[in-house]
Amino acid sequence: MCGIIGVIDRARKRMDGTGIRSALAEMDERGSGEGAGYAVYGAFPELKDYYAIHVFFDDLHETKPRVEEELSKWGVIEHDEAVPTYEQPSLRKIHIPWRFFFRPDPHLMPRSITPEDDVVMHVVMKVNTTIPGALIFASGKNVAVFKASGWPEEVADFYRIQDYKGYLWMGHNRYPTNTPGWWGGAHPFNLLNWSVVHNGEITSYGTNRRYIESYGYQCTMYTDTEVVAYLFDLLVRRHGLPLETAVRALAPPFWDEIDRMPDQEREIFRAIRLAYGSALMNGPFAIVVANDQSMVGFTDRIKLRPLVYGEKGDRLYISSEEAAIRTMEPDVGEITMPKAGEPIIGRYVA
Amino acid sequence: MTIGSVPLRYKIGVDRDQCMLCGRCVENCPYGVFRMEGERIHVNSRVCVACHRCIAMCPRDAISLEERPVDYRSHPIWTPQVRESIYNQARSGKIILSGMGNAQDYPVIFDRLVLDACQVTNPSIDPLREPMELRTYIGKKPGVLRFGEKDGTTVLETRLAPNLMLETPIMIGHMSYGAISLNAQQSLARAVKHAGTYMGTGEGGLHESLYPYQDRIIVQVASGRFGVDINYLERGAAIEIKIGQGAKPGIGGHLPGEKVCADVSCTRMIPLGSDAISPAPHHDIYSIEDLKQLVRSLKEATEWKKPVFVKIAAVHNSAAIAAGIARSGADAVVVDGFRGGTGAAPRVFRDHVGIPVEAAIASVDAKLRTQGIRNEVSIIASGGIRESADVAKIIALGADAVYIGTAALVAMGCRVCGTCYRGLCPWGIATQRPDLVARLDPDVASVNVGNLIHAWTLELSELMGAAGINSIESLRGNRDRLRGYLLDEGIMKVLDIKPVGA
Repeated sequence: MCGIIGVIDRARKRMDGTGIRSALAEMDERGSGEGAGYAVYGAFPELKDYYAIHVFFDDLHETKPRVEEELSKWGVIEHDEAVPTYEQPSLRKIHIPWRFFFRPDPHLMPRSITPEDDVVMHVVMKVNTTIPGALIFASGKNVAVFKASGWPEEVADFYRIQDYKGYLWMGHNRYPTNTPGWWGGAHPFNLLNWSVVHNGEITSYGTNRRYIESYGYQCTMYTDTEVVAYLFDLLVRRHGLPLETAVRALAPPFWDEIDRMPDQEREIFRAIRLAYGSALMNGPFAIVVANDQSMVGFTDRIKLRPLVYGEKGDRLYISSEEAAIRTMEPDVGEITMPKAGEPIIGRYVA
Repeated sequence: MTIGSVPLRYKIGVDRDQCMLCGRCVENCPYGVFRMEGERIHVNSRVCVACHRCIAMCPRDAISLEERPVDYRSHPIWTPQVRESIYNQARSGKIILSGMGNAQDYPVIFDRLVLDACQVTNPSIDPLREPMELRTYIGKKPGVLRFGEKDGTTVLETRLAPNLMLETPIMIGHMSYGAISLNAQQSLARAVKHAGTYMGTGEGGLHESLYPYQDRIIVQVASGRFGVDINYLERGAAIEIKIGQGAKPGIGGHLPGEKVCADVSCTRMIPLGSDAISPAPHHDIYSIEDLKQLVRSLKEATEWKKPVFVKIAAVHNSAAIAAGIARSGADAVVVDGFRGGTGAAPRVFRDHVGIPVEAAIASVDAKLRTQGIRNEVSIIASGGIRESADVAKIIALGADAVYIGTAALVAMGCRVCGTCYRGLCPWGIATQRPDLVARLDPDVASVNVGNLIHAWTLELSELMGAAGINSIESLRGNRDRLRGYLLDEGIMKVLDIKPVGA
C-alpha cells in the first residue's frame, strides 16, 4: 500500500506544511501508523548554500563526536542544531534528529566534476556504513526531511512542519512490511538534492543494487526505495542524462512499442535499454522524485500502483489519490491519470 | 588371461513371448548386440552401451535392459568404475577416452538453489495477460549515453557496438560438424532461426548447406583453425574464439579419424580420415595481449561489423581471466562449466578438471562489476544447463544468456549414453556413417529442438512473472531472488546469496 503526495510551486512561492499534513492524513487508509515523513525544498533560505546533513543519533555523547570528526575531515560545519521536536502521546522518540549545515572542501575530490557533491556522498556512505548509532538520512542543500514511526499527522505535529515553508513538499504514509518501527525505513529517502517517495516494491532491487554498487553507492537502509535516489543521482548528476531520459531508463517502453517507433526515436530507446538495462525498475511502484530543479512522478511499466495529478495556477500536485489532492487544493479542477511509465514533470519557471 | 573378463555393464533381455522376430533390433543396433539365427534373436550384451535404440524401436516392448546384473564386490573407495579403468589401462597403456559431460558424483549447485515468487505485497505478473520481455542483446553496451541536439531534436551521440539480438536468452552451443552429423547441425540451425536465437559451428567449419542459416550462426575460431578462412568469418553472425572447453579445460579438441568422412574433411579443410587433434593453446596466443591482437584482427578482417566472443573453460581463476578478456576488446565471454558435454575427451579431464558454471558465473559477474567493466562484455553461461529453471538461476547469478548443448541433442533423441567418440551414434547425431545419419530427419528433429526452446521460454516467462518481473534484464544479476538450500556458507559467499528463510 503506502500513500504518496508531492506538490511543487513552479513560481517558487512558498507554502507551509499545513496543507500537506491534512492531505497525507486523508490517506491514512493506505498506511498503518508505523511510518510517515515529509520533505520540503526551500526550508533554510538563510543557510541555502550549505548542505543540510540530517542525522538520526541513538545517543549524543558517543556517536555525535564521531560524525562531527568525519564531517570536519571533509569540510566545515557552519552550524548545527537539534531538530526541534514536540512530544506526541503515541509517538516514541527512539532517535535524536539532528542537522548540520556543512560546507565540503572541493579540493579533497580533485578528480570529480562535482567535487562538493561527491564529498558529501562519500561522507554519507562512510557514516552510514561505519558509525553504528548514526544514520544520515538527508544531505541536500535547502532541503529538510522529517520522518518517524507514527501516523502522518503525529509525525507532522512531532516536528511541527506547519512552522516550515517551502516551494516543494513531498509526503509519504507508510504501510511497512520490511523494517517496521525503524525511522530510517520511513520515506522520503534523500541523497544530496534527490528525494524520493515510493509506493510499491521493486522486484528488480537485487539487479539495481548491484548496478549502483559498482558505481560506489552503498545501500544501508534495508529497503528498496533508496536505490531510486541513487539511480537518479547516477543517471542525472553523474551521467548527465536529461530527467525525462532518466525516467525512461527506469521505466522504459516495451520492445514492441520501440520496434514501431520512427528510426531516430527507436535508436535512442534501444540505446537506453541496452545501456541502462540494469537500472530498469521492475515490480509495482508509483514514485515521486524531486531535486532542486523539478519534481517528477511516474509508475512502473504496467501501472500496478495508482498515480494521479492535477494543476492549479503554478502548482502541480501528484498523489496516489485524488482525495488527497482535493484536500490540499479544493479548486484543483481536472485530475488526470498518466499512462504507465509516462513521466509527469514539474519545473520551476522562476 | 591375467585380468579375465569383467562383469557385464548392461544385460539385454528379450521376452520370447513378446518378440515377433521382426529384426528391427538387429537393424538398429550399430554395436552388434543382436543377431538373428534361425527363429531366434541372439544377444551379445557385452557390446551394449545402453543407447536405448533397440528399446525405442521394438514394436512389442520385448527388450529389457538391466544395469550391472553382476556387480563387483561393493566398496566405497574402489568403485566399479575405478577398477574398470585400471583393468582398461593395464591392458592398453593408454589415456581413457569418454564422451558427454562430467560423470563424477559432485553435488549440483543448481539443485540447491531455489527461486522466489510474489505474494500479497506485490502482484505476480501473468504472462498470458501482460507483456513479458525475454529479448536479450549480446555484445558491448555503453556505460554512459551521450545525447546532442540536431535541428531541434534530441539525437544520440554515443555509437553502439554491434550486438546480437536474441528473442530468448537460450542459444545452442558449439557442436562441430564432425562431432555431430550434418543432419543434426541442420536441425539445430532451422530451430534457432525459427526461435530467433543463435547456434555455434564448433571448430568444424561451416558446411555449404548451412549457408541459408548463416545469419543465425556463430562461427568458431579454435586452436586448430579448422575450416577458418575469410569466407567463413564473413558468413557468421558473430565470431567466437575458443580458448577452452568445460569438458576438457587446458587441452585441445579431439575428433577421431573414424568421423572424418569426405564431407567433414572438406568442411574442416583437413585430410580424409585423419584424427583432428587441435593444439592445447592457440599457437599465436601465449598471453592476454596476444588474445587482444586476435580479437582485433578478426574484427578488422570483418570490418568491425561482428561481435567477437571468447570462450573459456570455468577454472579456478576464471573471474580474473574474464576481466582480462573484457579488456581485450571482446564483446562477450562464454564461461563453460565442468559439466559441459563433449564428443570426445580424456575421462580424467572430463571428470576432474574445472569448476561448476554456477560458481564461475557468480565470480565472473562480481569481478567485472567490482572493476566497473561489466558493460564491456556480455556473459554467456554454458555447461550443465538442463532445464528452464537452470536458465533462470544462472541469469539471476549474472549471466546474460546460456548455451545449451546436451539438452538440444536429447531433444533430438540422444539418450546420453556417452559413447559419442565411437562415431556409431544410433540416433544419427554423433556419427558420420551415412546409414546412421539418415536416421535423423531434420524436418522432425528441428521441430523437436524448436519445441524445447519454446517450452523453456514459456517456463522462463512464467517464472519471471511469478517473481513480479516483466523484463529479463531485471532478473539478470538479481541474486536477491535466489536462496541457497543446504549449501555451505563458503559457496553461498561465492554466490553472494542468502540461505532459505533469511
